Amino acid sequence: MDINHIAKLARIGLSELELKKLEQELAAILGFVNELNKVDDGDIEPMTQATGLKNIMRADEAAKSSAAGRAKLLANAPEKLNGYIKVKAVFE
Amino acid sequence: MNKMDLKKLTIPEINNGLKNKEFSASELARTYLDKVKSDDDKIHAYLTVTEDLAMAQAKAVDDKIAAGEETGILAGVPIAIKDNILIEDIKCTAGSKILANYIAPYDATVIKKLQQTGSVLLGKTNLDEFAMGGSTENSAYGATHNPRDLERVPGGSSGGSAAAVAADMCVGALGSDTGGSIRQPASFCGVVGLKPTYGAVSRYGVMAMASSLDQIGPMAKNVADCRALFDCIKGKDRYDATSAEILQATNHKPQIANLKIGIPKEYFSEGIDSDVEKTIKNTISKLAAEGAKITEINLPHTPDALACYYVIVPSEVSSNLARYDGIKYGARATDIKNLLDVYLNSRGQYLGKEVRRRIMLGTYALSAGYYDAYYLKAQKVRAKIKEDFDEAFRQVDLILGPVTPTTAFKIGEKADDPVQMYLSDVYTVPINLAGLPALSMPCGLASGLPVGLQIIGPHFSEDLIFEFGRHIEEII
Repeated sequence: MDINHIAKLARIGLSELELKKLEQELAAILGFVNELNKVDDGDIEPMTQATGLKNIMRADEAAKSSAAGRAKLLANAPEKLNGYIKVKAVFE
Repeated sequence: MNKMDLKKLTIPEINNGLKNKEFSASELARTYLDKVKSDDDKIHAYLTVTEDLAMAQAKAVDDKIAAGEETGILAGVPIAIKDNILIEDIKCTAGSKILANYIAPYDATVIKKLQQTGSVLLGKTNLDEFAMGGSTENSAYGATHNPRDLERVPGGSSGGSAAAVAADMCVGALGSDTGGSIRQPASFCGVVGLKPTYGAVSRYGVMAMASSLDQIGPMAKNVADCRALFDCIKGKDRYDATSAEILQATNHKPQIANLKIGIPKEYFSEGIDSDVEKTIKNTISKLAAEGAKITEINLPHTPDALACYYVIVPSEVSSNLARYDGIKYGARATDIKNLLDVYLNSRGQYLGKEVRRRIMLGTYALSAGYYDAYYLKAQKVRAKIKEDFDEAFRQVDLILGPVTPTTAFKIGEKADDPVQMYLSDVYTVPINLAGLPALSMPCGLASGLPVGLQIIGPHFSEDLIFEFGRHIEEII
């Protein structure tokens, strides 16, 4: 396992020491979950929903929002400007 | 208000006490808030106490009663809420540093429903970070102590809710259960907790962990109170597409004492503590003496459930927790040069160890080339596990067994060994994988610590499970 690659995909910044420890822990857990390969699942369909619901639809309507509701959402953003959430430049 | 015995106070007694003017909702709320103030230092069940909210809700109930208006079944009932369920304008941390200052912008559906029936919300309870853990030791805000033995864990992840109920710092509580997070702490603390059928309760407003498994459920001192809470929060919700209405059983209602009860052989195999086994089997013998038809059954894929669970959960976790990015909400690291730093440093600094571990594992399992070997394989094994239960419920009405292989363990005992910690979920995760409802209720003590009995039923059989639980309360 390329632990640096996984950490980057997961967008988690970790020290060398933490990465090393995680690599060992993940190997132990993977050893444990590899037991699954011993299960004969025949040609069973993979399970996707427990109670048999499928294709639950709703009308495609925009929900109304209030200025107070928007203010509450924005209040949680770490950085904002003129009622927008501020983000670092995507392209440099 | 006369000194009342909070240990025995039930929801019907609160209904009567308010009706007969023995006490007011405000007096009751004050009594509980005082109890939290005096006792929670040593237990640490609460992360936030919502005193102003509770007193305002209690006053609204008192005003209604004074005006001669009808009040709901939960009017004035003091409730604690796990801190991964949103209450508008109240801090909601999920036990994580990354949400240390997060203020919920709206109410969860379950909170709306509780408020409509007049319940009084005392505060938010401790949990393993983002509900990942079985001991509440993974909270970024310190461990909760088990009220039955302060050196032991209360279980988890809904350990704060279970401890608050057990220590009489609320009448009932809400938790969430992805692999046992309501039932295991209920068992460790000696209270009653229900993991409802997948879809029986709306998840709108609970922080998503593993969406194909997560359910919100109630915890209380006894089965009837737990049922009253469940009846309040259940039902279809337009904001949760997986929610469903529970259809009432119309035809035959089985005689409780004549039910066919299945005992899965695999739930008493190696690893179970002998005193726990004895306590469970003792309860089963009492049921047999009352006329229940006890049959041994097989759930052959039980040993595969944990491995299956520890692929599905991290995979779904890695996807659901991508939202904690340091941009929309939550903490943002300060030492940043570019956009990638915002993600790497915010998540690296503010997410805890177990959360990082599961995100990494899930990212690996879902990464290019590994999907079929892990997630797809696990979903196939999951279908086999569900088939086991389908087959069992063709033979029996309900399944009985232990909730956990051991009683509450010591704080620190399993903290450094994730696989050991995972093993304590061996009897609870199969139920989530199959989407079934299950009740954890106290059935005795082993070496002085509570033992939980698990009652598992077919999808949407909560009514039957509760009736059976009441029957067990009477005979033990």
